[in-house]
Amino acid sequence: MSELRHLINITDLSVDEIDHLISIADDIIDNPEAYQEICRHKKLATLFFEPSTRTRLSFTAAMMELGGNVLGFDQAASSSTAKGESVSDTIVMASCYADIIAMRHPKEGAPFVAARHAGVPVINAGDGGHFHPTQTLTDLMTIHRKKGDLGNLTIGLCGDLKFGRTVHSLIEAMIRYKGIRFVMISPVELDLPSYVQEKLNAEGVEWKVVRNLEEAIPELDVLYMTRVQKERFFNEEDYIRLKDSFILRRRMLDSAKDDMIVMHPLPRVNEISVDVDDDPRAAYFYQALMGKYIRMALILFLLGIR
Amino acid sequence: MNIDGVSTGIVLDHIQAGCGWEIYNLLGLDKVDCTVAIIQRVQSAKYGRKDIIKIDGDVDIDLDILGYFDTKITVNMIKDRELVRKVHLKLPETLTGVLECRNPRCITSVEQEIVHQFWLADPENKKYRCVYCDSVYKEKK
Ligand SMILES: [Zn+2]
Repeated sequence: MSELRHLINITDLSVDEIDHLISIADDIIDNPEAYQEICRHKKLATLFFEPSTRTRLSFTAAMMELGGNVLGFDQAASSSTAKGESVSDTIVMASCYADIIAMRHPKEGAPFVAARHAGVPVINAGDGGHFHPTQTLTDLMTIHRKKGDLGNLTIGLCGDLKFGRTVHSLIEAMIRYKGIRFVMISPVELDLPSYVQEKLNAEGVEWKVVRNLEEAIPELDVLYMTRVQKERFFNEEDYIRLKDSFILRRRMLDSAKDDMIVMHPLPRVNEISVDVDDDPRAAYFYQALMGKYIRMALILFLLGIR
Repeated sequence: MNIDGVSTGIVLDHIQAGCGWEIYNLLGLDKVDCTVAIIQRVQSAKYGRKDIIKIDGDVDIDLDILGYFDTKITVNMIKDRELVRKVHLKLPETLTGVLECRNPRCITSVEQEIVHQFWLADPENKKYRCVYCDSVYKEKK
């Protein structure tokens, strides 16, 4: 029996393993029947110590499409932690009932604690503002499907680059591929943190900052949008002044490449206007679909089935 | 180096002057069952003034804690009044149960039973990161 594997941070997976997951997901898309019973009698526990409907639905759908079952809870208030039970006790208990665990927790590092105590594989489904590796896998799968390759791309990252964990881990994942350039599109207040900038420089990755979305668009292969949250600003005026420079509108796509794709981790508020949805370059709902397939592949991989 | 008074034990040399007591407490030497001497502000040819701690007894000390505190300290292992080994300290790769993570969003902030642990992320700048939340340890002012 091989060693128990977990997914806590995207860097827990090598580039080869990510390629492997993507090829499983591709095969699931091509041959769904071959997978619909593959996890029969297997159980996924979704332990959501804070609510996240989207992520939980994606994991649930993934396990159901593999023919497995799902159990769990989706708020600490209704579970044992409200009675003061520790993460490790909860995880030891859940290991008795399930074959694999997807865990979301408001505290950073909670899934790492869980992995140290679990008897079954643990997937980090988000720990506070820290890691969210299955979102990153979703992003990579989407880029792979839409662009054919994970190398030689100019990727625009727009919005909140300071607190946006999805952006940080996408950067961490993408710098392992060849020919990646980044264009950072954010207000000064929400610039990429210095440690991420240092990492880009240390890896010799080409990147630049552009303060206006419209200006950046023509050279991009991928435009990754994120939410600019009001609570990140000291005052309302700053927020109102800045947010419009980072909203994507239909007419701005006129100068974009025909095969550029627009991505967003969802939920969006108003950073992509709804008239963009009908454009063939809009890939954010497709991204949600890819999230299900790559989670199916991940479950199979961690269970040692594929 | 003067190892007088130690038959079998440890002599910690080149402790920064004035830090002897702190090291004594960090290593828990108040709890050991043998003779311990702190010699303060000794004139040293190489370093100006320094502190020295002499432990006369077969005790184990945590070299990780010592290395984290100051890698310039030298550890002399004594047996039968002879210097048998001189240890030069280096920054430990991990520190378990020594530093405390102060990130309020870290899991260790709500679960007291979890042992705090740090790993050496940047040896040049002596930067340690929490194994749970990755935040950098900042010394208390
Ligand atoms: Zn921490």
